[in-house]
Amino acid sequence: MKILVPIKRVVDPYAKVKPLPDGTGIDTTGVKFDINPFDEIAVEEAVRMKERDASTEVIVVSIGSGDAEEQLRKALAIGADRAILIETSAELDSPGVAAELAALAIELQPDVILMGKQATDDDCNQAGQMLAAKLGWPQATFACKVEPCGNALHVTRETDTGDETLELPFPCLVTTDLRLNEPRYIALPGIIKARSKPLDRRPAAVNQAPRTRTTRYEAPAARPPGRKVASVDDLLVALKERGVL
Amino acid sequence: MSKLLLIAYDPADGLQGAGFAQKLGLPFDLLCLTGVAPTDVGAERALSAGLDEVPPADALASGLSGVAGGYTHLAAVSAMRSKDVLARLAGLLDAAMVTDVIAIESPSVFKRPIVAGSIIATVEVLATPVVLTVRPAAFGTPNLGGASVAESVALAGSGTAKRLSISARGGARPDLTQAKVVVSGGRPLKDAATFESVIGGLADALGGAAGATRAAVDSGIAPNELQVGQTGKIVAPELYIAAGVSGSTQHMAGIKDSKLIVAINKDPDAPIFDNADLGLVADLYDAIPEIRAKLGR
Ligand SMILES: Cc1cc2nc3c(=O)[nH]c(=O)nc-3n(C[C@H](O)[C@H](O)[C@H](O)COP(=O)(O)OP(=O)(O)OC[C@H]3O[C@@H](n4cnc5c(N)ncnc54)[C@H](O)[C@@H]3O)c2cc1C
Ligand SMILES: Nc1ncnc2c1ncn2[C@@H]1O[C@H](COP(=O)(O)O)[C@@H](O)[C@H]1O
Repeated sequence: MKILVPIKRVVDPYAKVKPLPDGTGIDTTGVKFDINPFDEIAVEEAVRMKERDASTEVIVVSIGSGDAEEQLRKALAIGADRAILIETSAELDSPGVAAELAALAIELQPDVILMGKQATDDDCNQAGQMLAAKLGWPQATFACKVEPCGNALHVTRETDTGDETLELPFPCLVTTDLRLNEPRYIALPGIIKARSKPLDRRPAAVNQAPRTRTTRYEAPAARPPGRKVASVDDLLVALKERGVL
Repeated sequence: MSKLLLIAYDPADGLQGAGFAQKLGLPFDLLCLTGVAPTDVGAERALSAGLDEVPPADALASGLSGVAGGYTHLAAVSAMRSKDVLARLAGLLDAAMVTDVIAIESPSVFKRPIVAGSIIATVEVLATPVVLTVRPAAFGTPNLGGASVAESVALAGSGTAKRLSISARGGARPDLTQAKVVVSGGRPLKDAATFESVIGGLADALGGAAGATRAAVDSGIAPNELQVGQTGKIVAPELYIAAGVSGSTQHMAGIKDSKLIVAINKDPDAPIFDNADLGLVADLYDAIPEIRAKLGR
């Protein structure tokens, strides 16, 4: 089986970020970058599938600046076989990402594309579904369990009210949710091995015109400061005053 | 001419989305996938697809693409089910898409939160059509009145994904995203039974819904559909009570629209107190029973 895993380089999800004072972007000075956490879960799942079936090949791809090599090397250290870095200085929207990935998928013909449900920087939750639509493949978003079963994947996905299991014939696309797995701790031998794994750099193939553009970044309105109450009695009085009890 | 198709799963979802549709100010049609589309929310046409069960995303998006012609805007209330399908529909239509709209500047400029709500982005749409998922709390309830033309439509879509099983756990409590009161618990709730009796018990006493942090869901204390936050549900109740919740950016991203946030935490320096309207420094195992005793519920 061949599994393609698109990963995005994002600002550390645990860092506090602010807009630039002039509102033209996000202030990333002094902020670390990492693999989008949902994409790391996708890499982990692909590598686990490889560990169960040694004939599996796991290819990771990232679109963006040359700096994304760092995140691709991390994915190789988790256990991916090879990496592709599609270099562009353009700010791609999710349709643009889906267009590049569709071209790559047509070239590589993977059986499965495993990717994050959303990037934690733009919080779009779009690229996977758009890519599946472009390729005409079935999809399962918000996956919390993935099991190969003959010529199909059985995917349990979280829903608004519980969960459901879908059967997707190959080729198919799955987007990961947080509970699919817990990515492993990366040990030193993996990091060393990753340095010599193949990483191809290539230019963007499609360069689709953006469908949306972010024109301003601002801080959310601050909540007026609250106050502490001394006891449950004081809390109940305050709640009654506000008419919520 | 610009026109919106508001896509709803059922009449209640249609009512929630109609607040946005009215504020957008374009003529619109309402399509209800299940149930009968209400005719009094200001739509020109109230379309009912009459589905018994909504199919997997590939078939549904394919069916929706068949009725999408002629609309410049296609929108649905933000939820996992709409994000699953509408982004696929956007892919089929080669459309622009804006997720989680919280404000309308014009029919082609919207605001939305990014990076777990730390930043509000203004997004300009450069192509038509545009697909939108919208947060209903930002747009209020719709004005009712008038009479739309009621029609039934057939969605003729096909897909290869097959549903093997589906489980819906919803119980007697109100829907988390629509509840007037939400009581949430975090990691210190120990186990599912404790969560249910302490958090569920207070939620029931207040006629509200129960919610949870990711830490609580990950440790099996609460079911996944109760997760509130950046990657869970977005809530907007009159009263949000967070007990044993530290107040991470990711959790707060889901509760900012609450009218009143109450935090009960035993650590006086917990970050949640920075964003709570009322804070009580206490052990939740003492405070919650005391609240219920004093309310007599
Ligand atoms: C990509 C990503 C997405 C995420 N999405 C979400 C999301 O959607 N929703 C979400 O919630 N989290 C999300 N998280 C996780 C988030 O970062 C936090 O880890 C999580 O919210 C913490 O949950 P908690 O408050 O229950 O636990 P903790 O941070 O462990 O806090 C527990 C709190 O309980 C207090 N406490 C302990 N015992 C008691 C007691 N007896 N009485 C009163 N107080 C007590 C402690 O003082 C502490 O403040 C996400 C993280 C990532 C990386
Ligand atoms: N620049 C990128 N390079 C590779 N994959 C990406 C990129 N942007 C988004 N993705 C993938 O698309 C998913 C959803 O992204 P988004 O639609 O931005 O929320 C992410 O979890 C990644 O798997």
